[in-house]
Order: sequence, then C-alpha cells, then structure tokens
Amino acid sequence: MDGMHDLGGRQGFGRVRYELNAQVFHEPWEMRANALYSLAVKLGLFNMDEYRHAIERMEPRHYLTASYYERSLTSLATLCVEKGVFTLHELERGSGGSFPLALSSVGGRTNVSGRDHFNIAEKVRVRSDYVPGHVRMPAYIRGKCGVVVGVSPLYPFADAHAHGVQSDDEPTYDVRFQSQDLWSNDSDSALIHVSVFESYLERATG
Amino acid sequence: MQQRTDAVEAAFELRGYKPAEFINEFEHLAEEKWLPENGARVIARAWTDAAFKQKLLTNGREAVYELGLTMPIHHRHLVALENTPTCHNVICCTLCSCTAFSIIGLPPDWYKELEYRARIVRESRTVLKEMGLDLPSDVEIRVWDTTADTRYMVIPERPAHTLGWTEQQLVDIVSKDAMIGVARI
Repeated sequence: MDGMHDLGGRQGFGRVRYELNAQVFHEPWEMRANALYSLAVKLGLFNMDEYRHAIERMEPRHYLTASYYERSLTSLATLCVEKGVFTLHELERGSGGSFPLALSSVGGRTNVSGRDHFNIAEKVRVRSDYVPGHVRMPAYIRGKCGVVVGVSPLYPFADAHAHGVQSDDEPTYDVRFQSQDLWSNDSDSALIHVSVFESYLERATG
Repeated sequence: MQQRTDAVEAAFELRGYKPAEFINEFEHLAEEKWLPENGARVIARAWTDAAFKQKLLTNGREAVYELGLTMPIHHRHLVALENTPTCHNVICCTLCSCTAFSIIGLPPDWYKELEYRARIVRESRTVLKEMGLDLPSDVEIRVWDTTADTRYMVIPERPAHTLGWTEQQLVDIVSKDAMIGVARI
C-alpha cells in the first residue's frame, strides 16, 4: 500500500528530535496501549502483520498527526471492532467521545508464483509490483537492483498474513543497494540494506 | 487518549481478558527485562571472546540465548553488524518502528518519529551529523532497514583505551544509541 507510512526517502522533514537517553514512553497510557495490543496478539485476536497494516490504513491526515502510541491504539481498536471482539459504540461510550478507527482493508495476496531462490552475492531486481494491501517493500526499492548479502529463515508472508490469506512461508534476503541507484543524484552516499521477501524479487540479468 | 485507552481496557476486562494483570506484567518486562544492558553484555562478550563474536556474527539468536537472553517469537533471526574504522552501521525501520527490543531495549521516541524514518536512508551522513555523530568522509555508511522478522544490532568499535578492562566495565560503556548506530563509543 503506497500510504503515508512508507516514509523512507520522503523529503521536507526537519531535524530528528534527538536527545541522549531519550524516553520510550512519555505518559502512562502509552505503556498501557502497548501492553493492550501485545495482550491481543498473545490472545490470538490478531497477528503482528494485521496490526501493522491496520496502522497503515489509518486515514492519511490521522496517520501523520497521531502520536506513535495513538496509532497503536487505533490499530488495536480497529482490529477488535472488525473481528467482532467489541463494537465502536462500546468504545465511544467508554471513552466519552469519538474514537476514530482506520479505514477498511482491501484484499491481500499470496506468494508470487514461480519464485526463484537466490544465493549470497547474486544480483537481484525488486519486482515493479503495486500492492494495494499490506506489503513490506518500501517504495524506494521498487524496480531497483541490488546484491544479496544475507538469507533469513522462513517467515510468514506478510502480504498474505496481514489479510488472512493462505500462503507458504518464505525466506527474506538482505539486499544491498547503493544509495545512488535509489535516488540517482540526490542522496548521501551509503549502502542501504532492506530485508526483502522472496516474492518481491527476480533475478537481475547483466 | 487516556480515555480511549481506558475504554479498550474496560472492554477487555468485561470479556475476561484480565488486562490489568497483563499491563503489570508488561510494565515489568519493559522496565526491568528489555534493557540495553542485555545488548551491552552481548557486545562486551563479543569484544573479549573471539569465538563468541564469531557465533554472534553467524547466528545471533543462538549467541544471545547462550547468555540467557530471549527474543519474541516474531524476531526469528538476529543479525549483528560489526563497525570497523572504515565502516559504520546504523539501523532503522522506515515503515514503522521495529527493533530487537528484548536485546537493545525498546526504541526511543526519535527512532519512531517521522523525521528519522524518512531521512536516515536517504540522508544518512547528514542525519547522523545532526545527531552529533560526524563521521570522517572515508567511513562508509551502511544503513539497515528492518522490514521483516530479522532484527539487527550494531557491534560498536571497541575504544582503544579499554584494553584490560573487565567485562563489567565494558558493559557500562555500551549504550542503546551505539547499538542502534547513531553514536560511537
């Protein structure tokens, strides 16, 4: 999903608000929100991929202006309402006000057919796939070439797992990209690595 | 937001999910278990024990378990990234906020904010400099975007003046920020 959340490489942001020994939580409700979605995952109400995608499909203005833990709580509430654990009415009554949820989900997809397996040092290209549902391919690598530097164990395929679609587990590849191959003349020189699912990759020729 | 959190907690309570109990348990984990000292122990051991460092670089998850540490089920693989005089690693999560939190601690606020997520991949050297880490131009920067179930941690360079220090002394100088890769030691 080409949403607000896919921030890598976006321009116009200011300095990182960095300080030494920065806090994780600033208010008690933030820790509780984090605990509550962890409890929901532990209870099997939803999985981490569904959780991530429900954050991504927050209304764009809401996504960008909500604090990090407001996004967590919004995802948690949205999934519980969608899965019939409780109703929005119950939440609004309980909170004494409006409780904005994420927008509804479109379908997911299963593994790409005819996947290749890759080895360390092989040159690969990220497929030019436009995926309306959940996907773990940041747009800045779409269609780009890189080199495999690591192979992971098998993971649930996020594009399917976030939508209750059947799929096989896949390895991911740590792929190394040159920053100038991603943003040809407008980036600091660096090697950028992304964990890329096998379904997102094809063999690069030449 | 507090009222909205209360509402979700009450709805969970009503269904017998025992949220208050779990919140206490979670708070304990967050404040007393998922500490950067865990990662610092891993780093100090890697600095002083070549065989352990090799294991950490080859199979990170197995290596940290050897020190009695654990990782959540969805952190299925741990990759350690070694800094050298000519190579500096930094980790991020442009799509959300993933970290190996049971090893290096929960991510600090700035790591989860929009500015770091948007800029660190494209303006790595500039962002690090703004954050106080001005790397010489001959140091190559390697950015690692956490987009799957693999988790990363940086092995900082051991400062030369720490030769002969005890493992505990070494543990004390390794910070969360150095294991994220936005600081050197």
